[in-house]
Amino acid sequence: MIGAAMPADARPATLRMRGIRKSFPGVVALDGVDLEVAPGEVHVLLGENGAGKSTLMKILSGATLCDEGVIELDGQRVLVRDPAHAQALGIRIIYQELNLVPQLSAAENVFLGREPTRGLGFVDRARIERETRSTLAELGVPIDVARPVSELGIAQQQMVEVAKALHGDLRLLIMDEPTSALTASEISALFGTIRRLTASGVAVIYISHRLEEVARIGDRVTVLRDGRRVATHRVGEVSISELVRLMANRELKEHFPRRRSPRGEELLRVEGLRGGILRDVAFSLHRGEVVGLAGLLGAGRTELARAITGADPPSAGTVAIKGEAITPRAPRDAIRRGVGFLPEDRKTQGLVLERSVTENLALPSTPRLSPFGWIQARAERALAASAVESLRIRTPSLEQAVVFLSGGNQQKVVLGKWLAADVDVLVIDEPTRGIDVAAKVEIYEEMNRLTARGAGILMVSSELPELLGMSDRILVMREGRIVAELDALAATQEQVLGAALGQAAGQPA
Amino acid sequence: MRAAPWLARRGRQLGTLVGLCLLSGLLSVLSPHFLSVSNLRNVLEQTAINAVVAVGMTFGIVSGGIDLSVGSIVAVSGVLLASALAAGAPVPVAIAAGLAAGALCGLANGLLVTRGRLPPFIATLGMMSVARGAALVFTDGRPVSGFEAGFRSLATERVLGLPAPVLVVAVSYVAAHLLLTRTRFGRYVYAIGGNEEATRLSGVAVRFHKTMVYVLCGATSALAAVLLTARLNSAQPIAGMMYELDAIAATVIGGTSLLGGSGSLGGTLVGALIMGVLRNGLNLLGVSSYLQQIVIGAVIIVAVLVDSLLKRPGR
Repeated sequence: MIGAAMPADARPATLRMRGIRKSFPGVVALDGVDLEVAPGEVHVLLGENGAGKSTLMKILSGATLCDEGVIELDGQRVLVRDPAHAQALGIRIIYQELNLVPQLSAAENVFLGREPTRGLGFVDRARIERETRSTLAELGVPIDVARPVSELGIAQQQMVEVAKALHGDLRLLIMDEPTSALTASEISALFGTIRRLTASGVAVIYISHRLEEVARIGDRVTVLRDGRRVATHRVGEVSISELVRLMANRELKEHFPRRRSPRGEELLRVEGLRGGILRDVAFSLHRGEVVGLAGLLGAGRTELARAITGADPPSAGTVAIKGEAITPRAPRDAIRRGVGFLPEDRKTQGLVLERSVTENLALPSTPRLSPFGWIQARAERALAASAVESLRIRTPSLEQAVVFLSGGNQQKVVLGKWLAADVDVLVIDEPTRGIDVAAKVEIYEEMNRLTARGAGILMVSSELPELLGMSDRILVMREGRIVAELDALAATQEQVLGAALGQAAGQPA
Repeated sequence: MRAAPWLARRGRQLGTLVGLCLLSGLLSVLSPHFLSVSNLRNVLEQTAINAVVAVGMTFGIVSGGIDLSVGSIVAVSGVLLASALAAGAPVPVAIAAGLAAGALCGLANGLLVTRGRLPPFIATLGMMSVARGAALVFTDGRPVSGFEAGFRSLATERVLGLPAPVLVVAVSYVAAHLLLTRTRFGRYVYAIGGNEEATRLSGVAVRFHKTMVYVLCGATSALAAVLLTARLNSAQPIAGMMYELDAIAATVIGGTSLLGGSGSLGGTLVGALIMGVLRNGLNLLGVSSYLQQIVIGAVIIVAVLVDSLLKRPGR
C-alpha cells in the first residue's frame, strides 16, 4: 500500500513529463510542457483557467492522450492509455467535483467496483466497513462509514475520495482545487492528511487558485501560462506577488482593488427572517455598500442569500427593498424589485450551459426584451455585446455555448446577467470560487463600478482575504444567526474567524 | 474559420437531411414508383399527421420532458370532434371542441408534472391510458362517422396544388419554429430544458411555462386528430396507437436531445419525413408489416446511436 519513506534523492523522480504537446482543433492547449515531481513532494501547479493545467492532468490520468512528449514514472517510460491504466500505474486524481455515489455509504464508495464477496456473491459488508474505517483512521478522520455519503459534509466526502484513492499501489495523487469548498479547519485537516501521505513517499500534484496555500502545503511550484511552463521554483524562494505576475504576465497592483463609495440611502432591510437554519436574521444594506457575509460552512450564509432572493422562500420575516416590504415567494418577486442573485454553483444554478452567451446574459431581462412576447433580437444582441465588452468576457462569439468558456468567463456571464438586468441589489455567493486571478480582479473591478453607480452588494465568501479586502462591513454568521458586525477596514482575519467559531472577537481562533 | 461554428450548429440538421436524401435516392433506385408524383403526394399526406404530433413532442422534449399520451389524445379529441359533427355542430365549432379537449388533456399532464411533481414519463403514461379509456367509454368502443362533406374537404382540397394537410403542416411548422426561436416562450422552453434551476433563479415562471408546453402538445395532437378524422371520414376510439413512438422518433432523429435544452423544428420535420419515406418505401418493396416494425425500430436506434457516438467527447 503505502511504501516506506525514502530520501528523495535515492530514487528517480516519481514523475517526469517532457515536451508534452497537445492541440485541439484551433487551439494549442499544451506547447511542450515539462514537469517533474519527486517522491514525497507536494508540487503545486498554478495557472489561470485555460493555462493548460486541466489538459496536463487529463493526459496524466489517461482521460486524454498527448500528441507528443514523454512521460516517465519512477524512471520507466509509460504511455497512459486510459483511466484504468492510470489507476494500475498508481496514479489517482481527485477532481474538484467529487465522484461519489451519494446514496452509497462511505465504505461502499471506497470499495466501489472491487467489492470483496463471501460465498454466493454477497458483498462482505463487515469487511469493507472495517477496512474503510481503518483507512480513514490512518488519515486522521473518523467518519461513520455506514452512512450514505450524501449525509456527510463536503470535507468528509473528500476524505472518502482520498481513502478511495489509497487502495492498491498509490504513487502519484493529483488533487484539483481540493480546498475550494472547505472551511479553514477542514483545510488544516486535509493538509495533515496530505503530509501523512507524502511522508510515506507518495508524490502529490496540487492544483489551487488560493495562493496563500502554496506556502502552507507546497514544496515546489510550477506556473503554467498559455500552455507553456513559465517557471518552477522552490516554495520560499518566490513571493506571492511574483507568482501572480508569472501567472498573469502582468503586475496586478493589488489583489483587492476595493474603491469605497459614499454610503447612500437604504436599499435593503431584512427583519426577523426565519426558515431552515435561519434564526431571526436582521440587517440592512445601503447604496454604494459591499456587505460581506462571513461564517463557517453550514452557518447559514447561503441559506440567507437564498431566502432574501426568493430562491428558497423564508418561512417568516420581511425583506424591504427600497422601502417596499415583501416576503419573497419566488426569485421573480425579488428580481422584479431589482434584486439579482449570483448563486454559489454557476454550472448547476447560474447558467444554461448548452445555450449561447447571448441567451444566458439576456435570460433575466427577457421580459423587457420581448414586448408582446416577441424577442427584439437587435436589442438582445446589443445587451449581450455590452455585457461582454464591459466585463471583458473572452468568447469567440456571442453565439458560443457557455459550456465552452473557461470558469472565469462563465462566472462573468452569470454576473453579466444581473448587470444587464440593471439590478440595484446584488446578492453574490462565492463570486470568485474556482476562477483564475485575472478574472477575480475583473469581477472585483465590476463590484466597484456597481457600487460607484449606487448599487448595494451582499457578498457571501469563504475567503477571508476577499471578505476583508472587498467589503465595507462584514456580518459574521454562526448557527443561523448574525453574531457580529465588523468594520472591514479595521477587522482582522483572526477577529472574523473568532466570531465565526463562537469566540469573543479579537481572541485568537 | 467562419464556416466552422455554423457547421457545428447546423451540422446535425444537415446530417439528417443528407440521410433523407440518401434514403430517397436508394428507394428511387429500388422502386420505379417511388418518385412518381402520386406516390410522393401520398408520402406527404401520410407524414402530415405524424409531423403535426411531432411539433408538440419537440416542445415537450426540448423542455426536458416527454409526452407519451399524444396517441390517446388523438383518439379522444378525434371522437369528440366527430361526435360534435355527427350531432350537427358547425365545422369550426366541432374543430374548436376537439382542440379544446386536446388542450385540456395537456393541461392535466402539465399540472401533474408541475404541481404534482410527477416525472413527465409517469404523468403522461397515466394520461395515455386515461384518455384512451375515455375515448372507448365515450363511443362505447365504436367508430363515429357520418358527417357532412364539407369537413372531408379538409383532407381532399388542394391549395396551390398541395393537399390541404400538407398546407396545415407547413403553416404549423413555420408558426411553431417562430414560437420556439423568436418568442419569450420559446426562449424559456430551451432554458428550462437546459437548466431548470438556473432558469427559475433568473426569475422565469418555470411551472407556468412547463404547463403550457404540455397544453401545446395536447393541442397539436388534437390538430392531428382533425386531419386524421377528415382523411378517414370517421373517428376511431382506437386511433393513434403508437403515435408516441413515431413522434418521439421523428423528434429524436431530427436531432433533438432527450436531455432537453436543444433541438429544432426543422430537424423534426426532416425526421418525420424520414419516418414517412421509410414506411412508404417498405410498403413499395412489399416488406411485410411485421418486418417493417423491426426495421423502423432499428432505424430509430441506429439514428440515436450515431448521434451519441458523434457527440461523445473526443479524446
